[in-house]
Amino acid sequence: MIVDAIRHLGGYTSRFIDELGRIAVFGSQTTVAAVTPPARVRAFVDQVYNLGVLSLVIICVSGLAVGMVLGLQGYNTLVRFGAEESLGAVVGLSLIRELGPVFTALLTTGRAGSATTAEIGTMVATEQLDGLRMMSISPIHLIVAPKALAMIAVMPLLSALFIVFGLAGGYVVGVWVMGLDGGTYVSSLESAVVFSDDVLGSLLKALVFGVLVGLIATYRGYTSAPTSAGVSRATTSTVVVASVTVLIFDYFITALWGV
Amino acid sequence: MEASPHAQDAAVALTDVEMSFDGRPVLHGLTCSFPRGKISVVLGGSGAGKTTILRVIGGLVRHQKGKVMIAGQDTSRFGDREMNEIRRKLGMMFQGGALLDSLTIFDNLALPLRERTKLGEPAIADEVRKQLTAVGLANVDGLLPGQLSGGMIKRAALARAIITNPEILMCDEPFSGLDPISVKRIEALLRRINRELGITMLISSHHIPSTLRLADQVILLQQNHLAAGTPEELRASKDPRVAEFLNEEVDETLVDEDMFRSIDPERAPQARHLR
Repeated sequence: MIVDAIRHLGGYTSRFIDELGRIAVFGSQTTVAAVTPPARVRAFVDQVYNLGVLSLVIICVSGLAVGMVLGLQGYNTLVRFGAEESLGAVVGLSLIRELGPVFTALLTTGRAGSATTAEIGTMVATEQLDGLRMMSISPIHLIVAPKALAMIAVMPLLSALFIVFGLAGGYVVGVWVMGLDGGTYVSSLESAVVFSDDVLGSLLKALVFGVLVGLIATYRGYTSAPTSAGVSRATTSTVVVASVTVLIFDYFITALWGV
Repeated sequence: MEASPHAQDAAVALTDVEMSFDGRPVLHGLTCSFPRGKISVVLGGSGAGKTTILRVIGGLVRHQKGKVMIAGQDTSRFGDREMNEIRRKLGMMFQGGALLDSLTIFDNLALPLRERTKLGEPAIADEVRKQLTAVGLANVDGLLPGQLSGGMIKRAALARAIITNPEILMCDEPFSGLDPISVKRIEALLRRINRELGITMLISSHHIPSTLRLADQVILLQQNHLAAGTPEELRASKDPRVAEFLNEEVDETLVDEDMFRSIDPERAPQARHLR
């Protein structure tokens, strides 16, 4: 019984380390491909559109909703201590330091990460990547690298947009619904947020999340089993693994660098 | 498994190749050769390893044992970079076409020229239109693969496979899933490509009539058994396994009576008719 448990644990650990090694190799191949000519500018721009522009609605709506909830909860809590004039600071710091990058990463994983995995996985299942290999064209160079790079590029931009809409949502609830003075909301926000610390840190966090989601989504698609069930498993795995990884990395980035 | 004597001037030669997937053997010490400039068809039932042979030659899967010689080079230990050089001599038409579904037919054909040659866009456009006309698809260049029929996809895939003038063309099940007219059309195209361009062809198929009409050499893979020869030699073969396959005869004694007994007549009334 105990021996079996130890054996299983050893097996899981060994597979986990093996998988980490494969992801590292895949990541380094993708990095090399991204800096090797010819530059895939057209493919990159297409992917920025697919992953970024097509995510705008979900990011804006979610940002607005989260900001409104923060505004409502924040106001109701702060008013108990007579500190409702700090609503701008509470909404701003929560969104900029934490909720903006994390929510954006989770939403982008669900919308764009899963789509990336499904697209690459389908290309595996329909031998499109093998077709490229037979033409001496690297699938990592042509397909994977532009998608991963686009994910890295759009994540900070989407996060910034999420934050802007969140701040607007907080303003709508705090000022228009709860009757807080607009100038108080904005000045509280301005005085609490430090650009070099909070805003740049937030963008850095989003950038790291972009790397993680881009790498996991493309890797899962690239290594998916060439069947419909395999593509389905890979897509589910992307959402689960990328979401959990983002949350774990969020903790460590916050704990280690205070961002 | 051993076929005809090893031809020294073969375009492709496999020696004692073993290949298994997850411990399940697919190729058992396969030895065969594909003569230069000829059409060789690997014939066999589903799961016989026909596609695996093409994928081993193309380096898409790595065999565990044996030697694969392509144009005089042993590719068995080749890395990705060396294999990419060898693949410049190969063209492959996949069973499902393997066209990039996000690109138009024009861009699918233009892709290998853009990536592998220094041709300018006007020259690429000329070449693509020439190839599309040659395969009878002159007016579909702006369509996506998803908008074409199965036969048209196969012809587009064939055009893409030969657009870079490969020395060796591999076709995986070019006749599968096609109506008789499309089969004849693909067959005629393959014959023309072979005769006019002198391309060595390796075709995997289980379509017996086309194989017998088209092939200069047939390699029959069946239940770990391999037979090779011209279509006439195989037709004249006394080997019952070869005759059974070529005549498409099914030994009814192989149909398991227990299969019918296991059907519950109460739950499946139509099973009574079977019995």
